Amino acid sequence: MSASEHGEALTPGSYIGHHLQNWTVGDTSTFWHVNADSLLFSVGLGLVFILLFWSVARKATSGVPGKLQCFIEIIVEFVDDTVKDTFHGKSSLVAPLALTIFVWIILMNTMDLIPVDWLPQAANMAAGSDVYLRVVPTTDPNIALAMSFSVFFLMIFYSIKIKGIGGFVKELTMQPFNHWVFIPVNLVMELVSLIAKPVSLGLRLFGNMYAGEMIFMLIALVGVGQLPLHFMWAVFHIMVVILQAFIFMMLTIVYLSMAHEDH
Amino acid sequence: MNLNATLLGQSIAFAVFVIFCMKYIWPPLMSAIEDRQAKIADGLASAERATKDLELAQAAATDQLKDAKAQAASIVDMANKRKAQIVDEAKTAAITERDKIIASGYVEVEAERNRAKEELRQKVAVLAIAGAEKILERSIDQAVANDIVEKLVGEL
Repeated sequence: MSASEHGEALTPGSYIGHHLQNWTVGDTSTFWHVNADSLLFSVGLGLVFILLFWSVARKATSGVPGKLQCFIEIIVEFVDDTVKDTFHGKSSLVAPLALTIFVWIILMNTMDLIPVDWLPQAANMAAGSDVYLRVVPTTDPNIALAMSFSVFFLMIFYSIKIKGIGGFVKELTMQPFNHWVFIPVNLVMELVSLIAKPVSLGLRLFGNMYAGEMIFMLIALVGVGQLPLHFMWAVFHIMVVILQAFIFMMLTIVYLSMAHEDH
Repeated sequence: MNLNATLLGQSIAFAVFVIFCMKYIWPPLMSAIEDRQAKIADGLASAERATKDLELAQAAATDQLKDAKAQAASIVDMANKRKAQIVDEAKTAAITERDKIIASGYVEVEAERNRAKEELRQKVAVLAIAGAEKILERSIDQAVANDIVEKLVGEL
């Protein structure tokens, strides 16, 4: 990374800091502003997923499939098998949800493999001034947590739908010690474990991708020697990209499966 | 960590994508896959059936071939027997014919011989008469001599 494109003197700290700054829209002093870059890339990649799969689904034939349909079907069948192995309730939502999570997160994570300066630099040129742009949506905690809390919402929704309010409350208060004396203790323990699920789910994805992104930036600071390092880390990172998407999908299925279990 | 309204935006986008996927992507893809699975299962089953049919047909063909061979052998056998019979019959007929021809030959020869004997006898009689005439020309009455010769001829 050469320093000349940026106006001020570029130190490693300011270089990384610049890369970790979101392009925000709205009043940054309150909650009501958005990270436009994260949303732009995440919705754009979501549309890529939706449109690609939709175009295949519309023309899907049960005869001899084309190569693209084969590829899409491999992914769909993989997700379907995973859901069937793990989720034993009956739901038309879980499998499409898992597919959306898996493919969408892979796409968002894959943005990490684009060299860290390409898109921000292009944005600078397009804007004609120094702008902030973070291209990997999953390195934004807002994105990762929004997805995990959406899953959390579904967990609560299905818990109440399957077990009823009473059953859900009973699950929170009468476990693991089935006696009224222990209700406060049970409640604290169960609430902690309940809240920990979405938080850990979102932060795991965010943390992994953020760390990976950070290492790409540090490698970008090395200078000429960065190319082999970039290559090695990118190869390793491909695994992280897919693994994190798979873990997020798997845990979503497991959590929803637990929500569907009636004790 | 800077949490802001991006959370809401992303959640909404997430919900929209999931619902779209649930309504328009998952069902057609799954039905295509399941239809194809059914088709493949059918195809495999019918292939197996065809293999079994082929085996049966081969067994039937072998049986028929065996039958045909046996039949051919029996036909050849019968033909051989018939040939022998015909030859025998022909032989018998030929022998009968030969015997008949031989017999008729004998009869003919006998008749010829009798005729020749008769002729010879007459010629001898004539000779004898001529001889006797010559001998008796001078002494004996013609009529008596003729009578004697007639008697001699009748005795031959």
